[in-house]
Amino acid sequence: MAIVTFSKNQFEKDFGTMDSKMENKIAMFGTPLDGVDSNELRIEVNPNRSDLLSYHGFSRALKAFIGKEKGLKEYPLNKPEKNYSVTIDSSVKDVRPYTACAIVRGLKFNDERIKELIETQEKLHITLGRKRKKAAIGIYPLEKIKLPITFEAMEPDKIKFVPLESERELSGLEILQRNPTGKEYAHLLAGKAKFPVFLDAENKVLSMPPIINSQTTGKVTEETKDVFVECSGEDSEILKKCLNIIVTSLSDMGGEIYQMNLRFGAGKKEITPNLQPQKLKISIENVNKTLGLDLKEKQLKEFLERMGHNYNAKDSSVEIPAWRTDILHEVDLIEDVAIAYGYDNFVPEIPKIATVGEKDGEEIIKKKISEILSGLGIIEVSNYHLTTKKDQVEKMGLPKDSEVLEVVGSKTEYTTLRENLSHLLLKNLAENVDSEYPQQIFETGRVFSESSGSISENEMLAGSLSSGNFTRIKQIIEYLFRMLNLESKVNFKETEETPAHFIEGRTADIIFNGEKIGSAGEVHPRVLSNWKIKMPAALFEIKLEEIFKALKE
Amino acid sequence: MEKNINKLLESLSPNERKILPHLDEKNIGEICKKSNLDRVSVTRSLEYLKDKGVLEIMTRKLKLISIGVNGALYIKKGLPERRLLNLLNEKRILKLSEAAKQSSLSEDEFKASLGMLKKRNLIDLKNGKIIFSGNKEEISRKSPEESFIESLPTEYDSLTEEQSETLKTLERRKDIVRVSEEKIIEIKITTLGKKIIDIGKEFRGLIEQITPEILKKESSWKGKKFRRYDVTLPVPKINGGRRHFVNQAIDYARDVWSEMGFKEMTGNYIMSSFWNFDALFQPQDHPAREMHDTFFIDKKLQNLDADKKTIENVKKSHEVGVVANGSRSTGWNYSWNEEEAKRLVLRTHTTCLSAQTLSKLARTPRGTLPQKFFAIGKCLRNETLDWSHGFEFNQTEGIVVDKNANFRHLLGYLKEFFKKMGYEKLRFRPAYFPYTEPSIEIDFWHPEKKVWLELGGAGMFRPEVVIPLLGENIPVLAWGPGFDRMIMSYYQIKDLRELYKNNLTQLRKMKFWMK
Repeated sequence: MAIVTFSKNQFEKDFGTMDSKMENKIAMFGTPLDGVDSNELRIEVNPNRSDLLSYHGFSRALKAFIGKEKGLKEYPLNKPEKNYSVTIDSSVKDVRPYTACAIVRGLKFNDERIKELIETQEKLHITLGRKRKKAAIGIYPLEKIKLPITFEAMEPDKIKFVPLESERELSGLEILQRNPTGKEYAHLLAGKAKFPVFLDAENKVLSMPPIINSQTTGKVTEETKDVFVECSGEDSEILKKCLNIIVTSLSDMGGEIYQMNLRFGAGKKEITPNLQPQKLKISIENVNKTLGLDLKEKQLKEFLERMGHNYNAKDSSVEIPAWRTDILHEVDLIEDVAIAYGYDNFVPEIPKIATVGEKDGEEIIKKKISEILSGLGIIEVSNYHLTTKKDQVEKMGLPKDSEVLEVVGSKTEYTTLRENLSHLLLKNLAENVDSEYPQQIFETGRVFSESSGSISENEMLAGSLSSGNFTRIKQIIEYLFRMLNLESKVNFKETEETPAHFIEGRTADIIFNGEKIGSAGEVHPRVLSNWKIKMPAALFEIKLEEIFKALKE
Repeated sequence: MEKNINKLLESLSPNERKILPHLDEKNIGEICKKSNLDRVSVTRSLEYLKDKGVLEIMTRKLKLISIGVNGALYIKKGLPERRLLNLLNEKRILKLSEAAKQSSLSEDEFKASLGMLKKRNLIDLKNGKIIFSGNKEEISRKSPEESFIESLPTEYDSLTEEQSETLKTLERRKDIVRVSEEKIIEIKITTLGKKIIDIGKEFRGLIEQITPEILKKESSWKGKKFRRYDVTLPVPKINGGRRHFVNQAIDYARDVWSEMGFKEMTGNYIMSSFWNFDALFQPQDHPAREMHDTFFIDKKLQNLDADKKTIENVKKSHEVGVVANGSRSTGWNYSWNEEEAKRLVLRTHTTCLSAQTLSKLARTPRGTLPQKFFAIGKCLRNETLDWSHGFEFNQTEGIVVDKNANFRHLLGYLKEFFKKMGYEKLRFRPAYFPYTEPSIEIDFWHPEKKVWLELGGAGMFRPEVVIPLLGENIPVLAWGPGFDRMIMSYYQIKDLRELYKNNLTQLRKMKFWMK
């Protein structure tokens, strides 16, 4: 989701005061207000609607939505004039294979418009362009360049120009190493033998896409009247749409769009931009069935037009604007109809169908266990599934080099998947030394472990008492199994290898159906001291898997 | 009046009754002795009797002069100067060193004594000798100091001017007298009190604690009165065990969904990218699939955890779209990579469970439709931790697989669920998710803040999701709003981190989920 900033003045001139009614209206269009101050409106735009990222695109769509200018907006396209051409050299194939270009003339720029243009461009780079990978846009003042244009890839050392907002000429490689924008997007050209450039007829570098324009030939100013626009990238469909979004916005600003001839090798030619609407069939039955409505064709037409489309009754087809990037299928048009109908106009309904509800068996057992333990006055806690290595390993007295399961690139200190609940319960005790004693806590939940390369997940139950001793812990476990009617299957055995956090001779293996499912014991003072717990504590933790099985039988 | 007095008598505790006859002692020490109770019990009982209007308690501060440790000794042996005087009375003239030795006084005492006697003109000091110069009469007369210590203890306020002077001299000497302040408690029995004491003498046979012994014999309680309690008195607080408040809320939502005919889905937290993203038509270059937003585990599945056909269907759906309702969708138009789908992530939403359920449903007879499923579970995203962000959150997921399902049904199910969660005023607005179309965002009206706040997303699964998993295009209503915001709003928690802080004081105080 992108937040775009529009001039409040401009908006209110076009649509009226931004009051709560208007706020609801734009929310119902799918572009809710994020915030407002005296000069600016911040509006949320969903990532599928890149065409709304510029104010002109947004206002075009909203005008249709409120019924002011319904239907597909036509933009006159002028045929290419002499030299309005771009030659695409085959050398770009391995680095940035596609481009689509246009010329827009007769523009009047001021500070605000230049700002708007740059912002739209940046927003498109981030969203539709996937951070300039799929598509990046360049806009150049026509008065500074000489047509025709060439798009080719050159050796980085041979590329030399002054990057935008700098003073010194740098080579292609130096730009990636020294220029701030260059550094930010260097990964997009990393490892390429040649870098792509747009050159004018005099071999002056216009830009090195998708990194940066030239200061001399690639900077739009208030004097600029005509511009050359290019989109380049890895996705030819997306960058054509991108170009359409930009040129229609420029046209809304008062410019005239001119097409350009793209010449590939071997006589292959293409003319861009292409504003031919996409055509898609729509079935009124599908619309009504999906939405639960009973629309007539006239209404369907009206609603489609309010979303900026044209509807042709003859072959029930829809003409979709060439700047919309989100219409993959009829369902996308159906959603548009729903939006135009108004989400707040739908009458919610629960159909009368009979289905049998059912809670998950293991969840029921976990809830029962919680009820049994709370009946003993024990409080349930709930800890994060991510923990720290320090808590899980060091404080529990395990060797520092113990292996843990890490997640990649966590933004917090919690970098490790929990492998048991015991250390978290001790952490809870440690964080509650100021709370009233005795403290009795338990938790049921998921832990993670790795064996022979694969990760498994297990549901566990753990409990801790402070102060508490082995007898009390054993009483609790026995009570639990008695209440679950599993008493006969559980017994305690002296543990053979005492876990690091327990006291030897005061630790038992808990055996269920002949298999070890966990252990119980008194916590070693060494570990208590690691946690700075000043009261004695006892602890148990068991795997619930076998218990689930036994209870489901 | 009579009735009130009886009621009052019935409410007296055993201790209060014990001290009742001794109230005219007026001295707590005496009351203790007579009633055979310790001081704390007596003081406390007096307070209770005061509350009941039986007596008034007046306290005043009193400065008392009492005898010190040395003072007590001197009363027995005589003051040092008296002892020296007696010696001199015998010997008349003595060398200083001899006098010190024979008087068996300490150095300090000896010096002080010389000073005192000299002041009274009873001795002269010449050439290292003490010469007694007093007469018998003077010797036999008591010194003011002697008179003073004999008069102790006494109240400071009653001292004469001369006595005050003496006190000053004595205070300069070590531990002869002590001046202390004491709180004096005076008890005044009220008219009501007098009556109570009067009647109380004959008032017997109240039952205190009911013991098994009392219950054994009917005669020991039949016709007897039970001592009345003051039921308004505060009692110590106790705490109980309970389910964590977040889980209480989740249990409730589980009830709501199952009562609405939904079956529960559960599953792993660690998912292949395939189920978490690909099966939900999220293109492989989607920003949500970056490390920046999602927790990846540095491991890959050897083999994708889905059957070949499903994998093939999903691949096609991404690359070239699907055919649904007679028309082909365009897909994402890129080359889908199976290796990318094998990367393991911590599930970022419970929607992966819905995808798995649809895939399972493909293998059941169509006659079993319609079917409805729900899940409530933890999801993880690579977020920072602050008052409004966390890397773990609960989501409530639901799908309805029904040939006749439509958009209005989706709104109907959601409205019903949120009504049961306590949200009457909802707003549905257009939204975008890669896997639903139409998509909605659910807002609730916050009456205090007077704003719409997001509860979460919902929609109808796209054919690009349904067809590869289910094999045909059947409408699937789906939703996955976050759950934590509802929990926070119910318990009036402002900071997200408090949900999993596990502060025992907070957990003990937390009210129950009362829905």
